Amino acid sequence: MVVVGGSLAGVNAIEGLRERGYQGEITLVGAERHLPYDRPPLSKQELREGPSVGHLLLKPQSWYDERGVELRLGARAVGLDTRDRHVIVEGGDQVAYDGLVIATGCSPRRLGQPEAGPVHVVRTIEDATALHGELRPGRHLVVIGAGFIGLEVAATARELGLHVSIVETAPAPLTRVLGDEAGRWFQEYHVDRGVDLFCGTALDTIEVTATGTRLSLADGTVLVADLVVAGIGVTPATDWLEGSGVTLDNGVVCDRSLRTSAPGVVAAGDIVRWHNDLFDETMRVEQWLNAVEQGVHAGHTLLGAEEPFAPVPYFWSDQFDAQVRFVGRADAADAVEVQRLSDRSMVALFGRGGVVRGALCVNAPRQLARYRLAIQQRVAWGDAVGVG
Amino acid sequence: MTMKITIDLEACKGYACCMMEAPDLFDIDDATGKAILLVEHPTEDQREQAERGARSCPANVITLQQIG
Ligand SMILES: Cc1cc2nc3c(=O)[nH]c(=O)nc-3n(C[C@H](O)[C@H](O)[C@H](O)COP(=O)(O)OP(=O)(O)OC[C@H]3O[C@@H](n4cnc5c(N)ncnc54)[C@H](O)[C@@H]3O)c2cc1C
Ligand code: SF4
Repeated sequence: MVVVGGSLAGVNAIEGLRERGYQGEITLVGAERHLPYDRPPLSKQELREGPSVGHLLLKPQSWYDERGVELRLGARAVGLDTRDRHVIVEGGDQVAYDGLVIATGCSPRRLGQPEAGPVHVVRTIEDATALHGELRPGRHLVVIGAGFIGLEVAATARELGLHVSIVETAPAPLTRVLGDEAGRWFQEYHVDRGVDLFCGTALDTIEVTATGTRLSLADGTVLVADLVVAGIGVTPATDWLEGSGVTLDNGVVCDRSLRTSAPGVVAAGDIVRWHNDLFDETMRVEQWLNAVEQGVHAGHTLLGAEEPFAPVPYFWSDQFDAQVRFVGRADAADAVEVQRLSDRSMVALFGRGGVVRGALCVNAPRQLARYRLAIQQRVAWGDAVGVG
Repeated sequence: MTMKITIDLEACKGYACCMMEAPDLFDIDDATGKAILLVEHPTEDQREQAERGARSCPANVITLQQIG
């Protein structure tokens, strides 16, 4: 068996294979030269303190030794032959497989304006190390994009004593994911903690000048930054699969059990677009727990299991002292109910078609448990709103 | 064969993934925001849930031990 992509989903695919008793060879092909490591701390505590691979490793070297995993790190896959069943690695080597797990995740979107000079992104340990070195008190950081990673970086930098501005085209942070009202809560929360938010306006031009990077916004605002971070989303790392016969559509298209269109090939993690039966919706989920569960599940599927993968998605985010927890789905909600429990805690419920589908809980762990169950059991909207 | 679950509460970050994956075994304390272990010795039927709970902890603070 061959796993391509040495990160969270890949490691858990190995776990899934060995747990179900597979005893043959496993090769892990990964582009990064580190042992697989954890990403969420890269915008939070490890960004504050300076990232160390030692803190971040998902598993120690001994874990791979005990499971007899051959590690091919620093090896980027550049092609896939689904007929002859081999992966082509940069430099020309071929790695033959009987079963293959695609787990190459996502890469961050870049600004695409060459005159912008060095703009940071945060996806790898190298990215976070470079950014950490620049986070000095008193400097002005401009974050482009108020998504989860942008907001986390902003909060971390603010805590380190930087001046922080965020530029976001939507009317408030996270509105595309969570809707206007919940988005406004995040806006107030960050503004109260000294972050300057410029929402509802796009970045017009960006250029490096003698005094710093000059950003002109569509509404006429001009910001001069000492450093700039782009948090404008990610794209699935599918370039090496072009022309391989594996169906792609903003990710690798999988069936309900995570099989791709090619025989003997499954996929897991941020890269997967599949049909979640529980929500009756085709989705791609860029979340930690999803990568763990899909990894294990894809491993089982590769060994012949048929069960559909249909969980309630879940993720967390930490911003200042807000423990943000989200369970389910908020997209295309036709009913939203926001309850402000105190000035630092809130719950937002998202419904569609008469049932509750998603719940956002900020500093409200108890509610989280109840709503998760309600979502799994497809509780009627009216009943769910009363549960809290 | 009996199993024992332990949580290093000092290191628990309150991500609640354990509760999401294995609600019969883990809960979250409202006051501290940290995990509560509901079942210390899961039954054989609960083994898979226990394994899922342990695997899903982003802080890697849940351990399963085989005792006897
Ligand atoms: C800064 C940051 C903070 C985050 N915070 C949270 C959070 O708080 N909560 C949450 O739920 N989720 C969070 N996430 C998301 C979570 O980390 C991802 O969902 C998870 O990493 C996905 O794992 P993956 O294995 O699918 O993909 P990835 O982690 O993207 O790994 C893919 C791997 O494949 C490698 N690769 C790519 N192309 C090739 C190729 N052609 N050949 C070989 N190898 C290749 C890459 O180098 C990489 O190592 C965060 C992510 C980031 C970046
Ligand atoms: S998943 Fe881990 S860190 Fe999170 S609450 Fe449970 S034990 Fe604590």
